[in-house]
Amino acid sequence: MSTFQMERRAFLKISVAASGGLLIGLYLPGASKLAAAQERSASAFMPNAFLRIGTDERVTVIVNHSEMGQGVYTALPMLLAEELDADWSRIGYESAPVDAKYNHPIFGMQITGGSSSVYSGFEQYRNAGAAARAMLIAAAAVQWNADPASLRTESGTVLDGTNRKLSYGQLAEAAAKMTPPAKVTLKDAKAFKLIGTPAKRLDTPEKINGKAVFGIDVKNAGMLTAVVARAPVFGAKVKSFDDSHARNMPGVRKIVPVPSGVAVVADSFWQAKMAREAVRIDWDEGEMQTFSTSQMMQQFREQAKSPGTSVRRDGDPDGALAKAAQKIEAVYEVPYLSHLMMEPLNCAVDLREDSCEIWTGTQFQTVDRAAAAKAAGLPNEKVQIHTTFLGGGFGRRATPQSDFVVEAVHVAKAAGVPVKVVWTREDDMQGGWYRPAFLHAIVGGVDASGNPVSWRSRLVGQSIMSGTMFEAMMMKGKEYDPASVEGVDDLPYEIPNLAVESHQAKVGVPVQWWRSVGHSHTGFATECFIDELAALGHKDPYQFRRSLLTKHPRHLAVLDLAAQKAGWGKPLPKGRGQGIAVHFAFESYNAQVAEVSVTDGKVRVHRIVSAVDCGHYVNPGIIAAQLEGGAIFAASAALYQELTFENGRLQQTNFHTFPVMRMNECPEIETHIVESNEKSGGIGEPGVPCTAPAIANAVFAATGKRIRKLPIRMTEAV
Amino acid sequence: MISFSVNRQHVNLDVDPSTPLLWVLRENLGLTGTRYGCGMAQCGACTVHLNGEAIRSCVAPVSRAAGKEVTTIEGLSPDLSHALQRAWSAEDVPQCGYCQSGQLMSAAVLLREKPRPSDEDIDEAMTGNICRCGTYPRIRKAIHRAAAMMPAGGAK
Repeated sequence: MSTFQMERRAFLKISVAASGGLLIGLYLPGASKLAAAQERSASAFMPNAFLRIGTDERVTVIVNHSEMGQGVYTALPMLLAEELDADWSRIGYESAPVDAKYNHPIFGMQITGGSSSVYSGFEQYRNAGAAARAMLIAAAAVQWNADPASLRTESGTVLDGTNRKLSYGQLAEAAAKMTPPAKVTLKDAKAFKLIGTPAKRLDTPEKINGKAVFGIDVKNAGMLTAVVARAPVFGAKVKSFDDSHARNMPGVRKIVPVPSGVAVVADSFWQAKMAREAVRIDWDEGEMQTFSTSQMMQQFREQAKSPGTSVRRDGDPDGALAKAAQKIEAVYEVPYLSHLMMEPLNCAVDLREDSCEIWTGTQFQTVDRAAAAKAAGLPNEKVQIHTTFLGGGFGRRATPQSDFVVEAVHVAKAAGVPVKVVWTREDDMQGGWYRPAFLHAIVGGVDASGNPVSWRSRLVGQSIMSGTMFEAMMMKGKEYDPASVEGVDDLPYEIPNLAVESHQAKVGVPVQWWRSVGHSHTGFATECFIDELAALGHKDPYQFRRSLLTKHPRHLAVLDLAAQKAGWGKPLPKGRGQGIAVHFAFESYNAQVAEVSVTDGKVRVHRIVSAVDCGHYVNPGIIAAQLEGGAIFAASAALYQELTFENGRLQQTNFHTFPVMRMNECPEIETHIVESNEKSGGIGEPGVPCTAPAIANAVFAATGKRIRKLPIRMTEAV
Repeated sequence: MISFSVNRQHVNLDVDPSTPLLWVLRENLGLTGTRYGCGMAQCGACTVHLNGEAIRSCVAPVSRAAGKEVTTIEGLSPDLSHALQRAWSAEDVPQCGYCQSGQLMSAAVLLREKPRPSDEDIDEAMTGNICRCGTYPRIRKAIHRAAAMMPAGGAK
């Protein structure tokens, strides 16, 4: 929601209590008819679903993607404002309601994912701006009795050849009566004034004064807060529960069974949480009660000994391997990971007899609405979702099963009151839908000159698509999950004999996409192994990659840029090593050079240089921020993070057992963007895959030890 | 009844004194700019000032605030004019923004104590505040920028 919209919608109720103290309550009447009426009067001109122009000169861009930090509330308005020739200082943003008009042009539903918001909206938002501009010009032409072709636009005004000018606000009402153009002409890229500039983020002001509304901040009059006691083991069911003590605790209104456990509904979060601790639940723990990740990884290692489903096969990998001058085998392992958004999951629901209103930070509006409608027993169109700011997403808030939304509808239904379900940090971490653990068993060989002749990757891990509504679409005709093997199935290196095989593990831990999805592990395994092959033939890892990428100029360009800016090969302070990695993901190319040292078994990352080619770019400031953030996100995983299970129970609970990189551990990060006129690519995820292998390869350069398991523990290095 | 001041306004509340200050600020007083992240003083998202000192309000019972002055992000400045807020804007620090209230409140105490902080001072003061989006490099720059903006003699 935009700042100015929030000012209208949110009003502070301040009253002086009898005691002389102030009582302050923040109400956000989401469905307020008053607010809706005010909006209509201020928006004189709504030429299409993507913008409104008010007589007050405000241009409000309606954004069909969720703002979770990646900058869509700035980048998409930039696209529209560019073609509209709007005054950037008068641009605002608003989250789109759920409607087919706002579907992702590629995925056919409302979703924020795949690092695709900007490139999928590149024409959509420019077309919307250009259409509005044409109507504003047409309105001015009528007023001046002029030829529209003789008019031009600049910074929110229409001008003619003389001194006449009319602002967009002045023209808004007349423009609303014009016929939308059947076809618009978009600007040539050379004429861009806004696209390509580091325009400041529009959402910064409300994120530095406490006013930004995240899902957890939503509070409507009469809304209660709930916490849910969920299964201690995946798949466990409530056998019985005793709430006799909890029921009588202060503030507790209802304690109700829901499909995911037992919900405690109270006046406040703290009262609900306290009462939850007093509810005694007897669980039927089911099959997963003996599950352990150490046993699972042992099974993965066994599975990797036999051939998997063939994903790609070039030449004769086995024959070439047999003839290779030197061979090397390596097994890489990565653990389950939590998305760990700073804002734990939450969802507010106001369920009425014939309507259901939902406030939450979601990446998956279309799917969530359908799932909520089903849970509520209402048709889809009776359910509305208000998308708030997301306090991080990283994939967790786009769950094919809509777990946190469906559960909140069940709580509202069972309790019979408007309710906000809030997850504690522990609930969030133990709630599943993790990045799956994976094992890559790779074997490769080089000839007498050190050139690679064979490579065979065998992957073992859970599918994130299997069992979801996306299975049919994504796995069509395939016996493997493309999301498991992306990033290795398109290995760019020129290796004549190559095999990629997949074993799909069946494990009862819910898994899904995590920032950079399959690339989060394939980037690590492939970029570490190519380094091992380089070392096998005594080649420089950067030059070795270069020699195998001659047919991939965009890979080469980012690799060269990162190496050059990092000063590859130049003398380093004693004890330090440099590692390099390059990877293509989400239509963008990234290379990174990491510089590390290892002291007393502890890895310190001093510097990361990241170079990206994301095609024609929109906002280099946001791109730099995403590369910085992507590297830090990935470095946290590489250095610290692992989810483990024993007796079906997750062993990690909060930041002290699942750490995140902190200020004092953060390396210097330098980012560089390749100038490009290629089609735009993604930026939220492409900066993640290279970080772990660049760090691991740098550890090898510094210590001579190979890292084959994440998180990095020098005691496990080989 | 517990009485204290929040952003220079007196409040008088009838709440369980063991309730963490965080939830009283968010739920009883509607000051939702102070965020919940961990509930165990691990992440710093809930940082507020108690008599000028940065505290983690998620583990501070509201009784600890009795008779004292609490400042939250909403009280940092009325109009984004605090040097840190101006520096945060100039460096385009926030991404998702969820942790930024806590980051700013920790940084404000740092600048008051050390008007020209070194990188080591920043590490020491800011290491308790987690940012999952990875805005640390920009936070560091913004703190240095804010320090440079302020007249010698320290923060307002």
